[in-house]
Amino acid sequence: MATARVVIVGAGPAGVRCAETLLAAGIKPILIDENRRDGGQIYRRQPEGFTRDYATLYGTEAAKAQALHQSFDRLRSAIDYRPDTLVWNLTPGQLCCVSQGRHSTVDYDALILCTGATDRLMPIEGWQLAGTYSLGGAQIALKNQAVSIGHRVVFMGSGPLLYLVASQYIKAGAEVAAVLDTSPLSLRIKALPKLLARPGLLFTGIKLLAQLYRAKVAVHLGIKPLQVMGDAANGVMGVRFSTGSGRVETVQADAVALGYHLRPETQLGDLAGCTMAFDHASSQWWLATDDAGRTSVKGVYAAGDGAKIRGADAAEHAGRLVALALLEDQQLPVDGALRDEQQQALGVMDQFRLGLAQAFPWPSEQAKALPDSAIVCRCEMISAGELRRTVNEKGACEVNRAKAFSRVGMGRCQGRYCSQAGAEVIAAAAGVQVQEVGRQRGQAPVKPLSMLIIEEVSS
Amino acid sequence: MSVQKADVVIVGGGLMGSATAFFLRKRGQSVILLERDQIGQYASGVNFGNVRRQGRFLGQLALANRSWALWKRLPELIDDDLEFIPSGHMRVCYREDEIAELEAYAAAPEAEQLDLKIYRGAELHRRFGFLGPDVKGGSYAPHDGHANPRLAAPAFARAARRLGAQIEERTEVAEVQKVGADFHITTTDGRQFQAAQLLITAGAWGQKLSAQFGEPVPLDTHGPQMAVTEPVPYALPTVIGVYTKIPEEVIYFRQIPRGNIVIGGGYRSKPDMLNRRAYVEPRSILNQVSQMRRLLPGVGNLNIIRVWSGIEGYLPDSLPVMGPSGTVDGLFYAFGFCGHGFQLGPGVGDVMAELLATGATSTPIAPFSITRFAPPAEQRSQAS
Amino acid sequence: MNGRFVRLAEQGRPTVSLTVDGATIEALQGDTLMVALLTQGNALRQSEFDSGRRAGFCLMGACQDCWVWTRSGERLRACSNEVRDGLDIVTTQPEATWPLHG
Repeated sequence: MATARVVIVGAGPAGVRCAETLLAAGIKPILIDENRRDGGQIYRRQPEGFTRDYATLYGTEAAKAQALHQSFDRLRSAIDYRPDTLVWNLTPGQLCCVSQGRHSTVDYDALILCTGATDRLMPIEGWQLAGTYSLGGAQIALKNQAVSIGHRVVFMGSGPLLYLVASQYIKAGAEVAAVLDTSPLSLRIKALPKLLARPGLLFTGIKLLAQLYRAKVAVHLGIKPLQVMGDAANGVMGVRFSTGSGRVETVQADAVALGYHLRPETQLGDLAGCTMAFDHASSQWWLATDDAGRTSVKGVYAAGDGAKIRGADAAEHAGRLVALALLEDQQLPVDGALRDEQQQALGVMDQFRLGLAQAFPWPSEQAKALPDSAIVCRCEMISAGELRRTVNEKGACEVNRAKAFSRVGMGRCQGRYCSQAGAEVIAAAAGVQVQEVGRQRGQAPVKPLSMLIIEEVSS
Repeated sequence: MSVQKADVVIVGGGLMGSATAFFLRKRGQSVILLERDQIGQYASGVNFGNVRRQGRFLGQLALANRSWALWKRLPELIDDDLEFIPSGHMRVCYREDEIAELEAYAAAPEAEQLDLKIYRGAELHRRFGFLGPDVKGGSYAPHDGHANPRLAAPAFARAARRLGAQIEERTEVAEVQKVGADFHITTTDGRQFQAAQLLITAGAWGQKLSAQFGEPVPLDTHGPQMAVTEPVPYALPTVIGVYTKIPEEVIYFRQIPRGNIVIGGGYRSKPDMLNRRAYVEPRSILNQVSQMRRLLPGVGNLNIIRVWSGIEGYLPDSLPVMGPSGTVDGLFYAFGFCGHGFQLGPGVGDVMAELLATGATSTPIAPFSITRFAPPAEQRSQAS
Repeated sequence: MNGRFVRLAEQGRPTVSLTVDGATIEALQGDTLMVALLTQGNALRQSEFDSGRRAGFCLMGACQDCWVWTRSGERLRACSNEVRDGLDIVTTQPEATWPLHG
């Protein structure tokens, strides 16, 4: 029997553990990654020449990060590893790749998408001002480049990352002006039973909060974001918000780190024709997969945050599990104990992530509350008012239709940072549930494609 | 359920159907338009956006001229300019001997209104300094231009609705029958419609209905290959298209004031007619960027940020089906515009409305008659 | 010069020289182009559709906000390109308003 050609896209925790598991079963996968180095986002490796140790870089996750990097270093020469390579398109059985301006194709029998996630954003008036960053971006600035995104930073949004990055900034000596969480304490208390599924993580969260209080950082819960203030010349100059009790306050700052947990990178799954399913807990569309990571398309699998947002630990387990599913589908022997172990771990993590979604919900109501003048699409500078007009005056009650009329989602980011919030604005204007307005169709290229691209001459 | 009646039922809510609905209302005709998905979702909404007369089959220029007069008046007619810019259109060629062909076209009496001017060599490169050195000559149409196809059919449909047309989206025709003097239409949701006149503007699906009435046509479907760049400073006001016999070289581009450069051409893809989706083939994108680097040096600095395709209907002689049925009274067609229908849209609507309302049109459309596909015996009997 | 980003550690790296808007600046080896520019200035480029400036957003190659121009008209994504000696970056649109000329 000819060995299946297996290609994994993404060298983060899911991709690495998947490759490791396949290798142990005698399969040599191709591992394609957009970045120059392995690790994905959360375990992003610092550039050569940087000296900070794992504890400084990854804090409580240091051991996991080191283990992952060491695992990758061990398997690197045993697999076909292609870094600095973007999969920009695909047709059934064939990936279109570009690396250093050269296009090439990679044939596959089985494709495992471990494409990860980006921050999930809800617009706020003024968020197009220079000095506004995503929470993940603020973290990368620190972890990967040892810089703070500003002299005085406000962290705003919701989710565990909010507290993690803020406290990492404090530890590194940056000035944190305030931590503003849209989620009230009451929701956290309600979610406690589910959060107790992973007591270690819950404890870490509490510790982070304590660190912030000790550093005398102003932490506000249950806030409503009102405006990122500033001007064209300076960019961000402050943040205006209303507290849980309705008092309007202003914090001076030259940088804002904004984010509401994560959204999956599903463009390749979309292009492969995979069915999407609406996840009610997090109110967003995910690739429809079975428990092991099989998508609706035979031979296409997905694992990690690119499939279900469950965090880095879950990604490692999902990476192993999807490899085992592939082995099973290839009629190869499967380590049942290993599979059970992953499934059990993921069961716990599923509970926890439901708790997170409850404790730190996606603030869909903010979309309705956005003033008409607030920008929804940063790339194209389209306001909430313009988007609402396409619903009300042109009857566009579906995301792709509204995109065609308003240009929301037509910019360089291809809807990554505007489309979900845009869907909420459309749904609110049309008076329907957000899942009824659909989602932005994924199109090629997956990222902007240079027009210098030339075809690789095959040797 | 009660039957909804009108003077005209239109099946197909693309640009042709929407424009006809609008002009029918201007003539006082009642009209119901039935669209299976959303107005302008297919060929009308995904094409390149060329508002171009030059290069057309000479026998089509009368229709194109009539349409052009309407393009100029769009804000007054439908309260929307569709982002139309009369930017001028340049048809360029890479080979010296092709210039003579461009000259021959420019000299044709039908092309007189276009005010075409031929450029070559140094003069061309002085005026159009952004074009690559391989460009040898070109034909410049000063009044041609471009517009935003995504806006067109929906704008006409809204204007028609404001005038009292009944526009039904997400309404699929299940059955059409001629009963006596009227057409009886049933939709999949059980509604019934009736009219003395039926217009088929169902684009790539037009032939399904024409075949039912005994007039099959060899309609083929293709997916246009479109790409767009990120926005860059606006500096290219002219729409550029390549005149060539080599298919991969047939590239065209236009820059919009916001700065994006829209690119089309080269290859075509085969649409998935079952799911009504079409895709851009990777080889199309690679070909387009390569051709663009030749046509517009320096464009290599830019990034493609999106590609799209759609479903267009083509006839083998590259001419549409337009005009009355050859077999059934009260039945009319306007479909299969072979990827060049956008500029014709307003004109087609105006002409079809005239034809439906008065029984004749002043604009010659005989070359587009569906009867040209009838078997020879039938054609003879139709001619007599 | 008033920079937006603040260096917190890892400052003992070899330096790299590049030109930004005509002036020579020094960055550190391993800096991304974004960090090199923003430790000394407060923006990367002009926003296309409003009067504001842009300084990147996601730092992970997803938002596409941080594209910069070189003087010769090349496009570079600042967050995913390492700084190197001799780069000549402009943060306002080239005067010719079209990169094709030159």
